[in-house]
Amino acid sequence: MFRNQYDTDVTTWSPAGRLFQVEYAMEAVKQGSAAIGLRSKTHIVLGCVNKANSELSSHQKKIFKVDDHIGVAIAGLTADGRVLSRYMRNECINYSFTYESPLPVGRLVVQLADKAQVCTQRSWKRPYGVGLLVAGLDESGAHLYYNCPSGNYFEYQAFAIGSRSQAAKTYLERRFENFADSSRDDLVKDALMAIRETLQGETLKSSICTVAVVGVGEPFHILDQETVQQMIDAFDIVGEKEGPAAEPDDAAAGQEVEAEQGAAADQGGSTDEGVAPMDI
Amino acid sequence: MNFIASKQPENRLLGPESDTQRTLYPYVTGTSVVALKYKDGILMAADMGGSYGSTLRYKSVERMKPIGKHSLLGASGEISDFQEILRYLDELILYDNMWDDGNSLGPKEVHNYLTRVMYNRRNKFNPLWNSLVLGGVKNGQTYLGMVNMIGVNFEDNHVATGFGNHLARPILRQEWHENLSFEDGVKLLEKCMRVLLYRDRSAVNKLQIAKITEEGVTISQPYSLKTYWEFSAFENPAQGAIGSW
Repeated sequence: MFRNQYDTDVTTWSPAGRLFQVEYAMEAVKQGSAAIGLRSKTHIVLGCVNKANSELSSHQKKIFKVDDHIGVAIAGLTADGRVLSRYMRNECINYSFTYESPLPVGRLVVQLADKAQVCTQRSWKRPYGVGLLVAGLDESGAHLYYNCPSGNYFEYQAFAIGSRSQAAKTYLERRFENFADSSRDDLVKDALMAIRETLQGETLKSSICTVAVVGVGEPFHILDQETVQQMIDAFDIVGEKEGPAAEPDDAAAGQEVEAEQGAAADQGGSTDEGVAPMDI
Repeated sequence: MNFIASKQPENRLLGPESDTQRTLYPYVTGTSVVALKYKDGILMAADMGGSYGSTLRYKSVERMKPIGKHSLLGASGEISDFQEILRYLDELILYDNMWDDGNSLGPKEVHNYLTRVMYNRRNKFNPLWNSLVLGGVKNGQTYLGMVNMIGVNFEDNHVATGFGNHLARPILRQEWHENLSFEDGVKLLEKCMRVLLYRDRSAVNKLQIAKITEEGVTISQPYSLKTYWEFSAFENPAQGAIGSW
């Protein structure tokens, strides 16, 4: 996208009928680290890649529980995402208090979309720079929505946003027809596979990804690292060893050995170790 | 410092008070409402009387109304407040329908909404002077609840308001059971309404019975109960206690 004279503020149209500021906000989403979501008839799984800034820091929280039946994964400006999560939590809790019933997801996403739209039509505001994958359960079943900075929202069977999400989308496109009847565990496996696609060769370990599940009879919760690592090992997802550098190779070798031995130890605990392969 | 007691400054928190009024006592009131769960849903009965103090002034007041697709509301107490509540609920259901998204407010949600409204008004010392019965069926689940002017609310298999609590509920506690048929439910309600007719001075002999099931709401045409006044105890009531009340 080129800089032009119509992109200074959000309330200026371009002659081609575009609002560049809104489109730039959508760019911000594309630059964020990947988040994916997929659903069956009864469950929804959200997953995201967590890249820490440096080896010393912890990684940013990108998946938020909004209510027992709704959760959200974000990509883009995480600060904006946090603020919107707080809004969503408020809406859910107020509805629960008044009606003693969970807020239908469909209504929450419309409220969210309307809130985003306001920021595209006020000269003193800017659009939210975050894309949200909203996963929730209501009377009519399991739903996955994507909320855009533009104020649009779409319902999906499966979707991926953020950097290198196209790889995940390709994977999901191949498999999505089976998702509706998938079991919960198969769904999580597919989520992990999709996350792996966005890593492009880097080893998948539980320290660099987060997975959350919500379903019928299962309130929204983030799976803990150990469980995720067990699933990675169990499904033998570590897979292709095309990693060019020595370090990932070592890590991959270490993981494979672990899988062989069936150990569930969380080997990939921190990002700073060049993991020495275990002596057998 | 001004120690003279003055109403204005103390009540500043409450805003300008000169134009507003509060409910202090009810004027036109309805008496008991009785309701029970049965096999297919809810049965509710209420007479059609609107009393003006001790005068049985209005005799065609409909005190039960359908709310949305899934609920039925019966009210006792101040009739004008009941009409106000119907307006609130009308707006609520309208906004619910405007989402046009396949979700709808069920009886549980409406009951809780009403509880919030009643309790809030009570906290502002401006109550809606009613006891409400809210029943309905949604997705096969039957719901029956009650909320009154001070915000007390609960759900049960059978509820009643006003005198109904004292005269009808003991009967229901004895004779109600799960999966009543429609006929048995109506018989039971009529038994309760008959006792109320004999013993509640604000009851009139013109009542409606309403039913709500998954299919919808039906409110019967008004009718009267058969009564018997030839009991020997009624003939000379002061016989055993001459000179006393």
